[in-house]
Amino acid sequence: MSRAFPISGDVLGRGVAMSYLSIVALIPLAAVVLKSVDGGADTFWSAVTTEQAVAALKVTLIASLIVVLVNAVLGTLIAWVLVRDEFPGKSIVNSLIDLPFALPTIVAGLTLLLFYGPESPVGVNVAFTRASIVLALLFVTLPFVVRAVQPVLLELDTEMEQAAESLGASKGTVFRRIVLPNLTPAIIAGAGLAFARAIGEFGSLVLITGNIPFKTQAASVFIYAQVESDNPIGAAAVSVVLLLAALVVLLIFGWFSKRALRHEE
Amino acid sequence: MKSKYALRFVALGYLALLLGIPVALVFINAFQDGIGTAWNAVTTPEAQHAFWLTFIMVAVAVPLNTVFGVLCALAVVRQRFRGRALLNAMVDLPFAVSPVVVGLALLLVYGRRDGWIGPWLSEHGVQIIFSTPGMILATIFVSLPFVVREVIPVLREIGTEQEQAAATLGANGLQTFFRVTLPAIRWGVAYGVVLTIARALGEFGAVSVVSGKLSGRTETATLYVESRFQRFDETGAYAASVVLALLAFATLLAMNLIKPKEAQG
Repeated sequence: MSRAFPISGDVLGRGVAMSYLSIVALIPLAAVVLKSVDGGADTFWSAVTTEQAVAALKVTLIASLIVVLVNAVLGTLIAWVLVRDEFPGKSIVNSLIDLPFALPTIVAGLTLLLFYGPESPVGVNVAFTRASIVLALLFVTLPFVVRAVQPVLLELDTEMEQAAESLGASKGTVFRRIVLPNLTPAIIAGAGLAFARAIGEFGSLVLITGNIPFKTQAASVFIYAQVESDNPIGAAAVSVVLLLAALVVLLIFGWFSKRALRHEE
Repeated sequence: MKSKYALRFVALGYLALLLGIPVALVFINAFQDGIGTAWNAVTTPEAQHAFWLTFIMVAVAVPLNTVFGVLCALAVVRQRFRGRALLNAMVDLPFAVSPVVVGLALLLVYGRRDGWIGPWLSEHGVQIIFSTPGMILATIFVSLPFVVREVIPVLREIGTEQEQAAATLGANGLQTFFRVTLPAIRWGVAYGVVLTIARALGEFGAVSVVSGKLSGRTETATLYVESRFQRFDETGAYAASVVLALLAFATLLAMNLIKPKEAQG
């Protein structure tokens, strides 16, 4: 491939890009990793195995898993309705899917607290319970699976489905045997992004969960509390666990997205 | 046909309960004592300062991340060098990092007491943490990947033929970039900029850690929402939330206007 830019410009451009990325993101993250092992492996281990840290990580991972499963089912369902169904106002509903991304997380938490908190107009109060963590995470991760599945569903040729139906397959069988296998890579890709987002979420949890240690304190809130109480090693150690969990999940996601691309070619 | 309506009912019902009704409630609560009260709540000196500070975050972070994003996308798509795959992977890192961890990372580098370069900077009269520069760094970090991610596919799509033609006709690197490449990727850049603005406006966790939350000094709009709510000034919290929600709706509108143009190229 020939170059459209003179070499000096190339080198300058990528030099600037790599320096900027290093200064802004990589060096600070390296500081977290180094801080976590500042006192040796033992200190790291005892920091991530304190009862409160384990409880926070457990609550976060379980809530994130529940949220990912709900998203995989309902996100796919919503994508299906947005692609295959027709109803008035569909394009507005379609735009609103991105609202959790555009809305600041603290506002998201506040809106949920209004409807599902102590002053709920319908009498449903989940504030300060573990259910509130799941609720907040469902809100902020809504777009991922929907937006991953939608384009695949749009591209999917309906001829195969029609053929199966004309041969007597029921709607359920057609979905299970033809549609679902085509969507699976996209569902998993979206679910991976949702999981990575969920385990690190902070802003939407602050107001509605009450941040009660051992009960509703999520990992990110635990880290925040450690920073506030001047325990940087504890904060850094749990941060590294979260980082590793996110990276492992994103690696799996990358593997599936590559596999999906290979299918298309 | 019955199943079609059942699916539509579940999808729309879920979206209404998770998004629609809670967000509508914030508007209702903000205006329940009249528009005048809500207006007064968002025009207090503290509120004005908070929105001004948020504006500064956006005004600094977005242009820097846009220039970086275009340079980085060019390097990843148009250049061949060692570390290219690594650069491509590293750019996504901010998506996998909890906002609280971002704040902690900056604290460990720039903290005045025991950060890597914080004490040295402090001796020379530069304060990063608990001050605007630290909050800007946090905002840059969390909104880093958006322009890169939007521009990379567009660059791949347009190919290099036109750039090569321009080069053959004697255009230098900069001329080719500004007169051929940039016009071709402009809607991709614009879409990335909108996403970057939305993320920068709404950032809470990372900014919260490095800000020190000094009311009227280091309080952005999202931090203002939290502090008003914690001080039982609910009208103030809801009114500021409504402003942020309106900005979120403006973001959705901009996304909808730009997306079709991006698809047309």
